[in-house]
Amino acid sequence: MEQVYKKVGSITFGMMSPSMVRKTAAAKVVTPELYDKEGYPVDGGLMDVRLGIIDPGLRCKTCGGKLKECNGHFGFIDLARPVVHINYVKQILNILRCTCKGCSRILLADEKIKIQLAELDRIEKQHGADARRKAINALIVKLRLIKKCPHCNMKQGVVKIEKPTTYTENDRRITPIEVRTKLEKVSEEDIVLLGFNPQYAKPEWMILTVLSVPPVTARPSITLDTGERSEDDLTHKLGDIVRINQRLFENINAGAPEIIIEDLWDLLQYHITTFFDNTTSSVPPARHRSGQPLKTLVERIKSKDGRFRYNLAGKRVNFSARTVISPDPRIDFNEVGIPLEVAKELTVPDIVTEWNKDWLIEFIKRGPEIYPGANYVIRPDGKKKRITEETREQLLEELQPSYVVERHLMDGDISIFNRQPSLHRMSIMCHRIKILPGRSFRLNPAVCTPYNADFDGDEMNLHIPQTEEARTEAELLMSVQRHIISPKNGLNIIGCIDDSIAGNYLLTEEMSFTKQGAIDLLMSVGVDNGVKFRKFGKVVSGKEVFSAMLPDDFDFVGQTRDYKEGDTGETVVRIKSGVLVSGVIDKATIGEDNGSLIRALYHKYGEDVGIDILSKMFRLGTEVLGRRGFTTSVSDTDLSDSVNKRIKQLLDSAEEDVAKLMRTYEDGKLEALPGMGVDETLELRILEVLNNVRNKIGERIQETVSEDNSTIIMARSGAKGNILNLAQMAACVGQQSLSGRRIDVGYRGRTLSMFKPNDLSPKSRGFVNVGFKQGLKPHEYFYGAMTGRDSLMDTALRTPKSGYLYRRLANALQDLRVEYDHTVRDASKNILQFRYGEDGIDVSLSEGGTIDVKQIIKNILNE
Amino acid sequence: MNKMAKDKYKEYEGVLPGSVLSLVKKEVEKSKLNDAQIKDLLNRTKEAYDKSLIAPGEDIGIVTAESFGEPGTQMVLRTFHLAGVSEMQVTEGLPRLIEIFDARETPNKPIINVYLKKEYTKDEKTIRKVASKIKEIQLESVASQFSLNLMKATVEVNLDSKRLTDYGLKASEILSALESSMKGVGVKLSGKKIILTPKEGETSLVEVYKLKEKAKSVIVRGIKGITQVLPMKKNNELVVLCAGTNFKGVLELDEVDDKRTFTNDIHDTAKVLGIEAARQAIINESLSVVQSQGLDIDIRHTLFLADLMTSNGKVQGITRGGITGAKESVLARATFETPIPHLVNASLIGEKDNLNSVIENVIINQPIPLGTGLPGLIAKKGKK
Repeated sequence: MEQVYKKVGSITFGMMSPSMVRKTAAAKVVTPELYDKEGYPVDGGLMDVRLGIIDPGLRCKTCGGKLKECNGHFGFIDLARPVVHINYVKQILNILRCTCKGCSRILLADEKIKIQLAELDRIEKQHGADARRKAINALIVKLRLIKKCPHCNMKQGVVKIEKPTTYTENDRRITPIEVRTKLEKVSEEDIVLLGFNPQYAKPEWMILTVLSVPPVTARPSITLDTGERSEDDLTHKLGDIVRINQRLFENINAGAPEIIIEDLWDLLQYHITTFFDNTTSSVPPARHRSGQPLKTLVERIKSKDGRFRYNLAGKRVNFSARTVISPDPRIDFNEVGIPLEVAKELTVPDIVTEWNKDWLIEFIKRGPEIYPGANYVIRPDGKKKRITEETREQLLEELQPSYVVERHLMDGDISIFNRQPSLHRMSIMCHRIKILPGRSFRLNPAVCTPYNADFDGDEMNLHIPQTEEARTEAELLMSVQRHIISPKNGLNIIGCIDDSIAGNYLLTEEMSFTKQGAIDLLMSVGVDNGVKFRKFGKVVSGKEVFSAMLPDDFDFVGQTRDYKEGDTGETVVRIKSGVLVSGVIDKATIGEDNGSLIRALYHKYGEDVGIDILSKMFRLGTEVLGRRGFTTSVSDTDLSDSVNKRIKQLLDSAEEDVAKLMRTYEDGKLEALPGMGVDETLELRILEVLNNVRNKIGERIQETVSEDNSTIIMARSGAKGNILNLAQMAACVGQQSLSGRRIDVGYRGRTLSMFKPNDLSPKSRGFVNVGFKQGLKPHEYFYGAMTGRDSLMDTALRTPKSGYLYRRLANALQDLRVEYDHTVRDASKNILQFRYGEDGIDVSLSEGGTIDVKQIIKNILNE
Repeated sequence: MNKMAKDKYKEYEGVLPGSVLSLVKKEVEKSKLNDAQIKDLLNRTKEAYDKSLIAPGEDIGIVTAESFGEPGTQMVLRTFHLAGVSEMQVTEGLPRLIEIFDARETPNKPIINVYLKKEYTKDEKTIRKVASKIKEIQLESVASQFSLNLMKATVEVNLDSKRLTDYGLKASEILSALESSMKGVGVKLSGKKIILTPKEGETSLVEVYKLKEKAKSVIVRGIKGITQVLPMKKNNELVVLCAGTNFKGVLELDEVDDKRTFTNDIHDTAKVLGIEAARQAIINESLSVVQSQGLDIDIRHTLFLADLMTSNGKVQGITRGGITGAKESVLARATFETPIPHLVNASLIGEKDNLNSVIENVIINQPIPLGTGLPGLIAKKGKK
């Protein structure tokens, strides 16, 4: 095993001096040629074997390493004439402006220098390096306005920059050579005031005299299918630089006219500028022959797919899998179903010991093809051997303790499961492996909520931790049961959903079983509580069945969804000594977010027992529903004639009300509400009437529809839907609204061409007075399409905005932590809070953000 | 509550935080517990509290970021009209949340909630009067015409008498406002006209024209910057909503209850009332966004963000110019945004990155200083 024996303590940034560039270089690049006729890298070329190798079979001439062993070495190019470094253009300008054009001293009197230095040091000490930088910038602004040198009394000329890289003094061009001599003459003492640390950055280094050449391994060429080589963008750019540089050398040596030399010099400047940054404004970007701009150094580093964010802050991993997910309500919450294909590819390293040697030998014997087998054996010296027909016998023979066998995944192994976007910590949790037939990952539908997953083609990722530490941390900190309560608000994010709520609701509300039936049902979901079974009478009520899951010492008082202040009876859920005495189980007790019963169990018995009971509850619910039979059909929306009549009356009266409002408006008698015009008042009042009518219809339907209407059962239990949905299906879709108003008439004074202009009537402004069952007319459908499109657009526009907000928050807050003295501090140890949240409570361990005093009192009174 | 119970609480002061203790007191009063039960309750509460304490090393920053980031995807993007009221708008939902966390200089829709002293809130009439006193009225909006008299080199302002009565303004008021804000300029009322004579020696055409333009924006009544006022009923009390940013000006009015009046402009709050008030403003504003969106985010996250944004005495946004830009580590800043300037500046001064925070250690594949990566073990070499 590899051992970390050194730790990086700190990283210091600085500039490379020309001598350092030479010293760190393994080769001097003198020719733009890359390969000779045989395809072997040319000596002194850009692909010189001393700069590292990218072809298998060759050895690095500098370190002797083979491909992947040698990280590559830098080279250098001697520039014929110095050239400005594009990223330091501003700093050079500042120095030229702030130092005397004659004596090269800073334009500040000696006594002031001392004061200023002390001031800067004070600022840095108090407010940090960033504040110092700002103070220096302020100083620079002041200095560059000084007209006369306080040291030699020379009058100062005006230094300007002609973008991108040309400096002028009094409108006369100064060459990089002159600039460099000026920079050289500035004393170390003075340069500190301009924000330089001469130990790491001498001003003259900003003018390049030698150019560092990145190793070949940093710019590998790709061999195309045709055998042709395609070079990296950087290599192309370096080739240009070397070529021009050579020509410049030759011309200088041949004594060519100054104009030609200057042209070549400018060209060299251009190539080196674009070598560093090909996105500089005012420099035309260097392009491929195809016209697409080259990607040079700055572009490699910058932005989302640059080095920092793409490679350094996010890393690629092995031992991972990705496939489509599908539901399986019968596996546990903290399990994940894995296809055999995946299980045979992903492995767990098992260290051979005296005790498991025989067991592991069987795996090797089965090999990679037969499950459960093993794919690789790792020798103590780190050599990894794949198990094949040929190597198997040999490996079996030499296998001994301290060898590592990479065996296939098996039931119960630890895995980490994740779905993007990973917006909160519940987006990546630890599940136990369960090998299942099929080709998709299987997960319990109840854990869809934390992942925000559904099964319309979603894919998820699976990772297998490879070390004991990683597995332990994953299991202890990341397992599903640790994350039942969200740190966002202290409510349970995992709970029963859909069928399991409806099932438990029906079970505790109305159902009863024979003794055999009840035991059969319970055993089928994994409840085998013999003590409770014995207490069952001949007829077992649904409440008794539900109670069989609960621990004997569990007391609980809660409320159903229908609970109203002061209620007693079936709307109060009362559990005494593990028996459900009264109350119906619904979304308010076992659902997500509101599951007070779930949280009570979790707080009292801890996460493992909690998730066990929860998953039994879930299975019980679905099983009950499956055995009872449950369906929702069109007949659920059938209404009696009397109700239909009543609904028609309601709609008519609403229409009448609107007409009345319009009449008063037209008569000019409508009284404006405070702060509003008459038009707005009218709109508001109409909207009010129309929104009310749908609610009224909903109430009417709720009153009359039979108790065993499946849609109603779903709505009442909180499993899915609400009464409004039923009203929309059965009777009236209602007003379609765009940003809180009725659908607007637009420029033409009408919503659709089938209406007269300025028609204010409900149906011309988006009111649909029939239900989905009766069917929508084209214009009514169109209103629905309008609101639908609007909400789609809203979602599409919102996602990137909220994503950026999240990224900023995460970046700003990621270093903040609770210290051992309970204070909250940032990475520089500045105190932000003396106690987290002022009371030190971890929201994910709390009950809705506080201590559940009410429940404690209830429990005391219950005893 | 009897004396015995009071003593019981005393024992737990300092052991339980104030918020929990007051919750216990509140619940005890509602229920009928005897002393022994109260003692039991306090004991159990303490037990529960100890269990729910946060663990050292917890990466509480990320938790907070997630708690806002995840629900952010569920917020609406739209600017809503204030309960159907014309013109006056409030930014809500995600855009407002972004605005708060950015700590922009001025909010998109600045609004001051003006509470008035008791005696002014009795009926709508008085409150209207006060409201009209707050709203900024420029000369332009009460004049029907501005004209230059070239012969005399004067500016003539025709007053619109209808608008004057609408606003309840008298010509004399305008006169005195003009006099006090345009020193040295002769102001004279003749009929429905106001005649402005420029200063001595500034009688050229250009200067007279400038005078005219300047006169247009003279505030004849109200507080500068308050463009709209709207009396409204809020929790059974009449308040005045003002669109605009002059918080200080509003507070200076006699009729205003300066203890309750607040603005949604966080920088203005910080300027007028100080950083602690700004912290509270951030908390209140972001809470109101979260609640209006029907989301449930624990208050600790909001408190935490507000504390962070105001921790150095200035209101800092969560941007590259704010909190993230002020980080100590070069690599942390470079990873967030604009890496090149950060690297260039670091190279000039030989900046040292001590690898104290998370992202640098991710970059170089070392354990991060959070959670289980925080503690280190030192083994004593034993004698053999």
